[in-house]
Parts: sequence; C-alpha cells; structure tokens
Amino acid sequence: MNELATSPNARQSNGEGPRFDPGITEPIWKIRWKMNMRSLAQNWEVFKESRVGMFGLMIIIAFGIFGLLWPIMINFVWDPLVYHPVVGFDPIMMHPSPPVAGHLLGTDPIGRDILAQLMFSTGREFLLGVLSAVISVVVGTFIGAMAAYYGGFTDTLFMRLADIVMLFPFVPLLVVIGSMMRLDIFSFAVILGFLEAFGGITVILKAQALQVKVRPYIDAARVAGGSDLHIIRAHIIPNVLPLSFLYMMFNVTAAIVSEATLSFFGVLNIDMSWGMMIHTAETAGYLFDFGKYWWLWAPSGFFITLFCAAFYMVGRGLDEVVNPRLRKR
Amino acid sequence: MDALLKVEDFTMHYSTKAGWVQAVDGISFALNRGQSLGLVGESGCGKTSIAMSIMRLLPYNAQTKRGKIYLGGRDIYSMTAEEFRQARWKEISMIFQAAMNALNPVYTVGSQIVEAIVEHEPDTTEEEARRRVAELFDLVGIPAERSDHYPHEYSGGMKQRAVIAMALACNPSLIIADEPTTALDVIVQDKILREMEEIRRRINMSMIYISHDISVIAEVSDIVGVMYAGKLMEIGEADDVFKRPRHPYTYGLMHAYPSILGDKRDLATIPGEPPNLMAPPEGCRFNPRCDRATDECRAVEPLMTKVAPEHSIACHNPVWAPSSGGEQVGVAR
Amino acid sequence: MALPDSGPTNDVNDVLVRVQNLTKHYPVGRGFFHRQHAVLHAVDDISFEVARGEVLGLVGESGCGKTTTGRMLVRLTNPTSGSIVIDGTDVSSISGADMGTFRQKAQMMFQDPYESLDPRMTIFDIVSEPLNVNHIGNLEQREERVAEMLTRVGLAPPATFMFRFPHELSGGQRQRVAIARALVVNPGFVVADEPTSMLDVSIRTGVMKLLAELREEFGMSYLYITHDLAVARYLCDRIAVMYLGKIVEIAGSEEVIGNPVHPYTRALISAVPVPDPAVVRPIPNVRGGVSKPINPAPRCRFYERCPAAQKVCKESDHPELREVAPGHFAACYIL
Ligand SMILES: Nc1ncnc2c1ncn2[C@@H]1O[C@H](COP(=O)(O)OP(=O)(O)OP(=O)(O)O)[C@@H](O)[C@H]1O
Ligand SMILES: Nc1ncnc2c1ncn2[C@@H]1O[C@H](COP(=O)(O)OP(=O)(O)O)[C@@H](O)[C@H]1O
Ligand code: SF4
Ligand code: SF4
Ligand SMILES: [Mg+2]
Ligand SMILES: [Mg+2]
Repeated sequence: MNELATSPNARQSNGEGPRFDPGITEPIWKIRWKMNMRSLAQNWEVFKESRVGMFGLMIIIAFGIFGLLWPIMINFVWDPLVYHPVVGFDPIMMHPSPPVAGHLLGTDPIGRDILAQLMFSTGREFLLGVLSAVISVVVGTFIGAMAAYYGGFTDTLFMRLADIVMLFPFVPLLVVIGSMMRLDIFSFAVILGFLEAFGGITVILKAQALQVKVRPYIDAARVAGGSDLHIIRAHIIPNVLPLSFLYMMFNVTAAIVSEATLSFFGVLNIDMSWGMMIHTAETAGYLFDFGKYWWLWAPSGFFITLFCAAFYMVGRGLDEVVNPRLRKR
Repeated sequence: MDALLKVEDFTMHYSTKAGWVQAVDGISFALNRGQSLGLVGESGCGKTSIAMSIMRLLPYNAQTKRGKIYLGGRDIYSMTAEEFRQARWKEISMIFQAAMNALNPVYTVGSQIVEAIVEHEPDTTEEEARRRVAELFDLVGIPAERSDHYPHEYSGGMKQRAVIAMALACNPSLIIADEPTTALDVIVQDKILREMEEIRRRINMSMIYISHDISVIAEVSDIVGVMYAGKLMEIGEADDVFKRPRHPYTYGLMHAYPSILGDKRDLATIPGEPPNLMAPPEGCRFNPRCDRATDECRAVEPLMTKVAPEHSIACHNPVWAPSSGGEQVGVAR
Repeated sequence: MALPDSGPTNDVNDVLVRVQNLTKHYPVGRGFFHRQHAVLHAVDDISFEVARGEVLGLVGESGCGKTTTGRMLVRLTNPTSGSIVIDGTDVSSISGADMGTFRQKAQMMFQDPYESLDPRMTIFDIVSEPLNVNHIGNLEQREERVAEMLTRVGLAPPATFMFRFPHELSGGQRQRVAIARALVVNPGFVVADEPTSMLDVSIRTGVMKLLAELREEFGMSYLYITHDLAVARYLCDRIAVMYLGKIVEIAGSEEVIGNPVHPYTRALISAVPVPDPAVVRPIPNVRGGVSKPINPAPRCRFYERCPAAQKVCKESDHPELREVAPGHFAACYIL
C-alpha cells in the first residue's frame, strides 16, 4: 500500500500536519445505507406520481396476494383430492362444469377446478417471469457494458450474436428446444433469460452504455487511474442499471407470453400454468365454440393479459423515474 | 418624445410543482427609437424571461402578475393575438439564444428567410422576397449566392448572421438579441457585434442586447441594465454606469473579471451563489452576498431611485464614487 | 529546431514537462467509396516545455486543438507521433504498474462541471476515487484526506458535502469538487481544460482565485487551456497561442498581451471586448476566410486569413517557431 500523499503544509510540520477530522460521526457504510434509502424514497415519490405505474403495481400486489392464498387454501380450506390443480377430480359432477357453488370458475374437461389452477399457477408465473427477467437483465447489462466499452471485436461478436438471436424467431426456436428436452419451468426460465439477454436487451443496454462511455466523467475516472474493469463496474454499470431495471419489467411480460405460447403448443414439461389451461381446453376440443365453454379459456387468458399489462404499466411508471427528462413540469 | 418600448413594473412568475419561480419581478425601463439597451446578468437571473415577455412568447406555465408593456404606446398584453402576431417580426423581432442551431437543416437558408417574409407580409411576391434576402445577406455580410446553401454548409458565425438576417427581414423597429454571440469565437463575435451596430445605426433601429458578458454589453449599448435574481438592480447610460457603478452587485461584476487592458490587477470575488428564485431572500435579493448589507437591506426591499439624470439603482447603501478625483471605480484604462 | 525555453521568470533548467513534435491526426471518413482518407490535423507538430511550478496557458479559438493537446499529455488520447516527457517519464511508453505512478503525477480538470462528475456517486466517492483505484491509504486516511481537500477548495465543513450527490451542488461547488479530485493525489502537473468557462461570472472568479492559490500552495504546474485571453493573462506565466493545430506564438503572458507579434495573435487580442464603453477598439485585422484543419495545404496555416501574407508564405511550408525576442517565439515569415 502506498503512503498517503499529504499536502505540502502537512509535510512541513514534520509529517504530522493538521489532522483533518472529517467530522463524520457514523461509519461510512451506515451513511451509504441511509443515502440509498433516501434515494429510494425520492424515486418512490416520483413513481407515485405515475397513475399508470401505481395501477400496475396494485394489480401486481393483488396477484401476489392471490398467489399467496394458494398454500392456505390447499392446506386448510380445500380438499386436496378435489382441488389439486393437476390430479384433482370432483366425482359428483359432469365435466367440464360451468361455475357452480363449489367451483366458482367451473372445472376443466378432466374435472379439475379452474380457480385452483389459476391460483396455483400464479406463484409459478411470478417465478418464471422474474427469474428470466433477472437473468436477462443481469447478463444483458454486463454484455452491453463490455461491448460498449471495449468496442471492436467484443462488440462485433455480441452484436452479431444479437442479430442472430433476434432474426431467429424466438417461439419456433423454443418449440424445437422444448420438444427436444421437455423443459421444466426452471430451465425454461433460464433459457428464456439467456436468449433475451443475448437478443434485443443487449442492443438497448449497449446503446445506453455507449452514451455513458463518452461522458466526461469516464475520462475523469481514467485520469484518476481507474482500470477498465473499475470503470465498467463503478461507472458504466451503475449508470445503465436504471434502464436495465426498467427493461426487467418489460421482460417479465415477454417471458409470460412466451411461456403461454409454448404451453399452448404443449412443448413444455410443465404440469400446470395459465398457458397450460388453455392448452388443455384446446386439446380436449373445447375451443371450437368460443362462447359456450368460456370458463375454460377466459380466466386464464384474462390473467395472462392482466399480469403482462401490470408489469408493462409498472415499467411505464419506472420510465418516469429513469428518464426524468420526460417528466412533466 | 414617447418611448418606443416601455416596460412598467412588469412581474412574471413561472408556476412549477415546487412553487412559483419569481423570474421577472417589478422590472421597469423605457427605450427610445434608435437606442440600444444592454441587459446583463448571470444565467438564470431572468434575462430571457423578460425578452420572452416582451415578445409575448411565454410558455404555458408563465403568469404575468403585474405591470404593463407598451410597444409604440400600445399595451401589448391587451392586443388581440392576431394584432400582436402582426406586430411580431414587423415591429419587434428576436434573435433567440442559440438560434443558429434552430435553422432547419433540410431547407436552404435563403428559402427559410423567404418563407418567413412571405408569411408575415402576404402581399410580397416570392420574387420580391428573394431580392430582399439578397439585400439582407449583403447587410450581414454573407455573399448573396450562399443563400442557396444548406445550414450545415455554413460556419457557426455565418449561421448566426443568417439568423440575424432573418430577424431583420421585416424591418422591425426593435430587435431583441438574446446572447447572440455567446457560442462564438472572439474574432467572429467581434465581426457580428460590429455588423449589428452598423445595421442598427443605418436603419435607426432599437435593440435590446442580452448577455452575461459585461464587456460585450459595454461595447454595444447606450443604456445598461444590470439584472440580479429577477430584479433590475441598476440601469443607466452606459458611460455613467461603467465609470461609476453605484450598485454593489454591478461593482462586484465589473471587478470580478480580469481584463487584458491596463495592469494586471487583483480580482474581487462575490461570495456565495445566486439565490433560488422560488424563495429569494427577504429585503434586497442581493443581501446574503453583499458586503455592504445592513439590517435595513435584510428587511426592506430597496426601490429604484435616480442617482443621476439617466441613472437609477435599487440599493440602500450604494457605492458612491466621486466623479472626479478620489477613488477611481470604473474599469477604465 | 530550437525549443522555446521557459519564460524569464523561471529556472530554465527545471523542466517538468517537455513536449516534442507532438502530432495528432484523425482520419476522417469521406463516405464508403473514397479509399483515400482525409486527414484532420488536430494537433500538428507542436513543441513546448513547462517548468516546475509554472503555469502555461494554451489559448486559441474553438477547434484549434487545445483539448486534444491536453488529453495527450495525460494520455487520454494517444499521439500520432512525437514525445511527451513528464517529470522524467516518457508518457507514451508507460504501461501496467507505472500507470498508477504516472496518474499520481499528472492529473486533469475538465470543462463541464455538470458532466465530469458521475451522477451516481457521492462527493466522497468521487474525490477519493484516485486514492481508491491507486490503493493509497486505508479508509480512515482517505476520509481524512478527502475532508482536507474539500476544506482546501472551499467546501467546508466537509462533512456537509461528503455525502451528497453532484446534482445537489451548484455549478461552482461541482467544479470545486472536480478540482479536489484532481489534486487529491498531490500531482505535480495538472492539465486544466477551461475549468471556469461554464461557470457564472460571480462564481468563476472564486474558482480562478482558488486555482491560483492552490498552485502557490502545492507548487504545481498547470497547462491551463482557455479561449479567454484575459483569463490566461490572469492565471498564466506564459501563454502559447494555437491556430489550427499549430502553436503560432509563445511568450511570457504580459509580453503576449502587450507586445504580440504574430498577425493572428494581434487579431485575437484586438477582438477581445473591453468592459469600458469609452474604449474604441481597432478593427481586428484579419480576413474572413475559414481555414480547415482537414488536409491543410503545405503553407502557413494562417495564410487564408492573414492580412500580411506574402508570396513566401504561400510557397513555403508552415513557418517554424523563431525566437524574436528573448523568450518570445513566433511562427511567421515576415517577422
Ligand atoms: N476523436 C476525434 N475524431 C476526429 N476529430 C477530432 C476528434 N477529437 C477532436 N477532433 C478535431 O480536432 C480538432 C481539435 O479539437 P479540440 O477538441 O482539441 O479543440 P479545442 O481547441 O479544445 O476546441 P474548444 O475550444 O472548442 O474546446 C477539431 O477540429 C476537432 O473537430
Ligand atoms: N418555463 C419555465 N418554467 C419554470 N421556470 C423557468 C422557465 N423558464 C425559465 N425558468 C426559470 O426562470 C429563471 C430565469 O430564467 P431565464 O430568463 O431563462 O434566465 P437567463 O436568460 O437570464 O439565463 C431561472 O431560474 C429559470 O430556471
Ligand atoms: S440594498 Fe443593501 S444588500 Fe442590497 S445591494 Fe444595496 S447594500 Fe447590498
Ligand atoms: S507566415 Fe505569412 S501568412 Fe503566415 S502569419 Fe506570417 S505573414 Fe501571415
Ligand atoms: Mg437566457
Ligand atoms: Mg476544448
């Protein structure tokens, strides 16, 4: 470790010099924590102003509560034999049954309760959406920052890769992968996350990182002696992160839609999900008459739409936080 | 003689989420035909805001609170929109801050000016307008054949001249120039300042010249107004103001900047920073930074008072410098 | 070629920075189909020295190569050719571990206080960054050092500033933070690229005075870049005037202001507005042509605009700097 340089004044007085008491009474990590909390609170104030964003957030919270009800319902209220989302069966009824007292949203062609299916799936949709979005954004931010900072070969490599991923249509590709390996929800989320990371999001985040890269404070960091890694870690990534976070919201939407589509084609090894519910209705031949068996597809379809819309709306709200220039006066 | 432009106790505030920004507060001055007024002040002190008020081009969140602006004897805020639209460009026109970047890149410079002329004087034929453009280009010193060129083919200085030509297109009797040379190099600035002076003299036009650079103001104005935090602090004939600045802020400004003339001298600093216009200081707005401030300054707002026939200041304890002998105050050689 | 030596006020032998034949050319693409690249001569074969403790001003109009020169000196931009030696270190040859040492010797201040501080970092993080990345001191020592620097640049008490974000400070305060960051490692040499030009007049003076004081106190040398001759005169011992990538005149600052010999310097000085309505300045004697730094013709760079141009100026290459008076160099054939 180097000696700490002192001002000439300090040196003159026998290396002792005037001691500068920074006058800070708390440890730095504590101050940092408080500052982070404060910025969070400020950002929350801005977010609160966005009606769309708040509306979306409320829907997400409602979904969260709905999903959390599942373990309670199945353990304490519902009879697992009847209400199990995959193997449940109510022996005293004709299936599919329209909504009745015991099955508020009816049952599907093989006698399973629709409401229970919806409720059970909610948690897994959250898992899928959030996991794949987090993966895509973490990986995408890193790649985007690297590509922007180093340019040249690194950049070309990742951008061509992005072109390929984007040109090669997602859904058919996943259908192929899915039919080869029968993906479960976890591996599906991971694959989806990486595909999105190498695709569009990298391009967007790289564009942002490029704007950050040419800022004078990057030069200043370089003059200070910062290594490439330091600059990427301490300056570029933190300044891209807000945008990453914003795209995370949009990626949740993308993940849910992909899952629904693939489930509809029946290529995922997932026993139950909203997409699966529509798949069941379709394979049993109940989609031919739209209006008649509406409870087979409408609740799950509505949930998919609402869930995606909610994340999109939160994204719109975050947009106000991330891009303050768009803010109204 | 009746003044061409008369601003009386004009007050305009912007409404924002966080509160009212008191950008223009109780400003009064008058400008005769052929005279030039230099408005000087730091960024954010309300120079552009007063200019926009005179042009009636205020943004939607601006609200005029008090006061009147008369142009040729008519209160501009009681004219109808159509009447004022007629007056704009023909009677007053403006060179906007950073206007040279506002030329439309997809049209030739000449055609943009022709369009402006035809729009404001519908009975002008395009042929006449073209001839006028040629004269204007001659006036501002751009070869007439360059009027067929696109803005990107112009240098910064030429763009600025083209913008000046555009502002002159309808022979206005008053022109407001908001920092017209701030982004330019000194040699180009010098050329443009000289040309504007020359044109002003030739067609007996009045001019309001806005700048944060007191030296530029010294070169172009007959009357100097010094603004600080939305208020006019000192206004008077340029010679008098520069020789005997009476307001502590003016005095500070003049001594805050090094000069290439005379001996190298020490600079005076004005401590602190300009106030937040949402909550300006009580009393005199300059009081937290003023070394002459007294309790009176902190409580009572100073009114504009005459200190010489054509020289007024708003200050309780002005810097009095005898006009002959004694302390030499101005930044003269 | 004879190098201009230091001004009369300085010890000639104690050279801290020696720049020789420094050149930066940028290829500028002229579309797809032109294989022959046009070359922009941003900085073209300039040489100068900065003595220990001296402030050299670099003055010229926008785009003449001032910033490029400054960036090459701190190795933010690699020169096309030429050599830079700072305090015995050849700047172009440093690599790896030596870089850290070099960064402690030469620092830079930037023009725009709104853009040169990372908006997501606290003032403490910003000012301690050079200590941090060079592994100087422990956390406690860094805190102390940052507090000291903030106090020195007039941000006192430091505790009230250390944990704020740049957007919570005014322009003048930000520029003080940037100055504190550049000086925190106690560098011997600082490139200051117009650090006051974006500041308001009443704030600017404070920062200028601070720079002058710090120089005295720390015994630093500056390369002070500005387009404002009055500022250069106030802060600098010597002034170098640049035109289109070339240094056209270099001398002690009072000499440059009071006795300019190059036609361009003369025009520049007579164009500076004067804060006195009673003074009538002469019209700057310069023609309107615009010269471009792209593929310049092999003749005096100022030829198109020069009122004194002669046949020799057109027929010969750009003139070399010549000593026209002791310590006063100019590049012009007709002197
Ligand atoms: N990365 C680059 N690529 C191409 N040209 C460049 C680059 N950087 C600078 N230039 C050109 O080099 C010339 C010198 O630029 P430089 O930034 O050094 O000017 P300057 O003297 O600092 O000007 P200013 O006063 O406007 O800051 C200009 O013509 C500029 O357009
Ligand atoms: N449309 C607006 N809404 C709110 N505040 C504004 C608006 N325009 C300007 N301001 C504020 O009014 C003050 C004066 O601004 P301006 O007239 O542009 O100053 P100047 O031209 O002297 O730099 C500043 O504090 C500025 O931030
Ligand atoms: S009124 Fe008082 S505070 Fe204001 S400028 Fe005059 S002396 Fe200073
Ligand atoms: S060398 Fe010739 S053209 Fe160049 S500055 Fe001197 S007189 Fe002018
Ligand atoms: Mg303005
Ligand atoms: Mg520059």
